[in-house]
Amino acid sequence: MIRIWLAQHWFVLVSTLKRLVAAPITTLLSVVIMGIALSVPVSIYVIVENLRLVMNEKNHPQMTLFLKHDIKQENIDKIQQDLQERPQILGSEFIAKDIALQQLLEKSELPNAVKNLPRNPLPDAFVITVRDDSMDNLRELQETLKSWPAIEFVQFDSEWIERLKALLQLGWSIVLMIVAISSIAIIAVMFNTIRLQIATKRDEIEISKLIGATDPFIRRPFLYFGALQGLTAGVIAWSIVFLLIHLINEQLIVFLHFYGIDFFLEPLSTENGLSLLFFSTLLGWLGARLSVSNHLWQIEP
Amino acid sequence: MITFKNVSKRYPNGYIALNNINLSINAGEMVFLTGHSGAGKSTLLKSIAAIERPTSGTITISGQNIAQLKPSAIPFLRRTIGIVFQDHKLLFDRNVFDNVLLPLQISNFDTHTAASRVRAALDKVGLLKKEKAMPITLSGGERQRLCIARAVVHRPTLLIADEPTGNLDIAYGRDIMSMFTSFNQVGVTVIISTHDASLLGSTQHRVLSLAQGNLLV
Repeated sequence: MIRIWLAQHWFVLVSTLKRLVAAPITTLLSVVIMGIALSVPVSIYVIVENLRLVMNEKNHPQMTLFLKHDIKQENIDKIQQDLQERPQILGSEFIAKDIALQQLLEKSELPNAVKNLPRNPLPDAFVITVRDDSMDNLRELQETLKSWPAIEFVQFDSEWIERLKALLQLGWSIVLMIVAISSIAIIAVMFNTIRLQIATKRDEIEISKLIGATDPFIRRPFLYFGALQGLTAGVIAWSIVFLLIHLINEQLIVFLHFYGIDFFLEPLSTENGLSLLFFSTLLGWLGARLSVSNHLWQIEP
Repeated sequence: MITFKNVSKRYPNGYIALNNINLSINAGEMVFLTGHSGAGKSTLLKSIAAIERPTSGTITISGQNIAQLKPSAIPFLRRTIGIVFQDHKLLFDRNVFDNVLLPLQISNFDTHTAASRVRAALDKVGLLKKEKAMPITLSGGERQRLCIARAVVHRPTLLIADEPTGNLDIAYGRDIMSMFTSFNQVGVTVIISTHDASLLGSTQHRVLSLAQGNLLV
């Protein structure tokens, strides 16, 4: 029984494939439209994902710890040690107040005003790099460090990081919104394609019903057709994204070469690509399912 | 095998196609249904296959009340019936072989058995040599025989034919009738409607006459 059932499905799959290959140009066009509709959010996703990777690699948040003025060298060593023991802190750099003053002199637009100060107003400082973490955890670290007796003040440029995170979040939201819109477009296109299909197969459906075909039997070829078209649209979308990233990279490598930066966009991972195919197949199937349940009952012998 | 009890069919526009029909057909019987066009012959035949639902009354086939059959059960009823349609209802996008194959595909036959059954059915109606032909190239009589092959390929216990000799000349009509007789001889219950009384000749089979939705006894 299962063997016959499988043979039936195989038969429908093969005949659907034949139908897709022999499909009129309008059907092929609708598949291309669906592919393009899918490629937009996927392209943006790939770019946002690349940005996120770059930020995680190269831009860890930093904090500056300003020490109290009368701090002794042994205390500084102790702080250095304590900092290194914390797993959250990836690295620390000590900036002595003399060096800081010198840097200020170099950068300042009013070097004389700085030079004429009676004494060095700058404190010793540590610049620490911390692991990228939630804002709450970073703030907690800030509070902890602030409570150390030798530390006067902890400056943490959280605003910058928050902006960056908000920007990424915005990217994600845009991807999700376009995914939702594209999905609706794909379902609508599929709905219409299957509606036309049903119209041209009206006789076959009616006769099949008359000689004892069950609803699942009649639905099956249309669902296969929808799923296969969805899959094809997914393949088209993946190809478009691949090509797009390839073209961008060609330009990007030339451009960034002048700045001595070795960077290129990663293409869509195989895992994500397969998810894309699965998702597009599902969308095609869903559009076909909606269309079939909407139109099939109208054909009653 | 088939029992009609007080069966009436009134269409939404008020037209009464069947009026309080009571009849019973035994298994293995061959029955003719006559009457002018519009007498209700087609409606009666269609209600046996649950294509039309009666407005009132009960139709029982092998103990099953057709009038109250769930929609999901209807396909399985139809698989036990072979129907020769008045308008043939052939599929013109596929060849003779594939037209006859359709009922077997619907009933999940495996490909090998199905192919040999299709050829057997085509052989019975004399179309074996035309299995690759497209229906559009067939003559009226050949299309009728193709329709019969499709109706018997799944070996139904009940065969219904609506005006099977409709547009055929008399010789061809006799030919078709003898085909039905031979199906009946192997145990199939056969119901044939015709407005052409000359075809009946001196038949020994039961003849039911319909007039304006009433069964004349």
